[in-house]
Amino acid sequence: MIQPTHSSRRILLPARGWFITLSLLVAFVLDLIPFGRLPGIPDWFPLVLAFWCIHQPLKIGMGAGFFFGLALDVANGSVMGQHAFAYVLLAFAAGGLSRRVLWFPLGQQALHVLPLLLGTQLAMLLIRLATGAEFPGALYFLSSFVGTLFWHPLNYVLLLPQYRPVERDENRPI
Amino acid sequence: MSASGHIGHTPPPFFKRGPAPLARLSFFIVLSVAAMVADLRYQLLEPLRTAVAAALWPVQKAVMLPVEGAGEAGNYLADLARLQRENAELRERQLAQANLLLRQSHLDSENRRLRALLEMGERLDAPAKAAEILYAARDPFARRVIIDRGATHGIEAGQAVIDDLGVVGQVTRAFPLTSEVTLLTDKNQMIPVQVARNGLRAVLAGAGGGALELKFLPANADVQPDDTLVTSGLDGVYLPGLPVAKVVSIDRDNSYSFARIECAPLAGVERHGQVLVVGKRPAQPRPEESAEETVKPGKGRKPRGAGR
Repeated sequence: MIQPTHSSRRILLPARGWFITLSLLVAFVLDLIPFGRLPGIPDWFPLVLAFWCIHQPLKIGMGAGFFFGLALDVANGSVMGQHAFAYVLLAFAAGGLSRRVLWFPLGQQALHVLPLLLGTQLAMLLIRLATGAEFPGALYFLSSFVGTLFWHPLNYVLLLPQYRPVERDENRPI
Repeated sequence: MSASGHIGHTPPPFFKRGPAPLARLSFFIVLSVAAMVADLRYQLLEPLRTAVAAALWPVQKAVMLPVEGAGEAGNYLADLARLQRENAELRERQLAQANLLLRQSHLDSENRRLRALLEMGERLDAPAKAAEILYAARDPFARRVIIDRGATHGIEAGQAVIDDLGVVGQVTRAFPLTSEVTLLTDKNQMIPVQVARNGLRAVLAGAGGGALELKFLPANADVQPDDTLVTSGLDGVYLPGLPVAKVVSIDRDNSYSFARIECAPLAGVERHGQVLVVGKRPAQPRPEESAEETVKPGKGRKPRGAGR
């Protein structure tokens, strides 16, 4: 049974493959918006990737993280494999945590996602510092915190196609 | 399939989960580390990068529209006073430069004649192309901008980029329709300069945080605050004499062997606008080294007692 969270009494329709792909593509395109060096712009792709890795760990995993990561490396002009490496780690961790995270209400889920996003950023920071880049300042990590704030609304948007109308049947146990 | 009573559920996929997560993780980690090494160490992935960048370009262009639109709306609403001030400023600068510009052709011909008299090589001029900075790249670890001219317009990696005030940076990657310019303030970007006042040569490098640093000058080097640094042209990339930076502060600490000399760029390095991509100059042949001088001091250990 698919539920928004494991403690929810609501049953969802199965997730559709095309919608998962579409949401990942939209997040990827949002990541291409050139904000320059403005701090605190959330990184959309890892957020959506973490969402699907937690909700559909059998459908979305490290492969998607790797290939979209490589494309982001090209688009951002960063080192090839930098985003891919970080997103593969994120997908692995999110997939591994998926059974646990879904037992919590949304606010506590976000607290699980925050370290995942921070770890993604930290992995990229370490890769770039190792290759001789400059430290971008502590505000660099702000984007993870802002991204975490979007976990709650994101849950509604991405689960919307799976909701079915509430029909009350007094004789049915659930 | 119909054995499953739940709607839309296939039987539990006991056998088709593929390799274990840890195995997949190690596979992808090895793959991405290999990509990093291939890119950083051997630059093998540049063709792939060019191809993907070309494919992504329409999407990037579409995504830029809202940002550009916001900027244009801001410009449209900009008050008349600011535009008038800018106009007056530009006119003033043009007038100030008129003296130099009018005499330029005369000085050029005189210079050519004098160089011919002195039997010096002809100073090479390079063609230039105007371009516009589209946006700053989203990579927070480097200082790069994307300009709207690419390989199809004759831009090549390695060309110098200047604006109306001085050197901005250098083209590091040329894609078909755009190219990537690494700014002077990037930590990995270096430029050979000389102090305009006395011709002292040095290397200027990005210091992080938008500042520049004059590297490897001894603590007693003749550099003063407000000195202007111009390109020395030794590298064969930048034309000699282009203004680059101004010295801001000098820290002559005797506990270090080098002075810490902080500089600020003269050109609008971190601002957006029009730039000029200066064509590559053909590299001049290196002077022949005589046989005795080819032993470099850093390489190999000198035999003991040879110097005594």
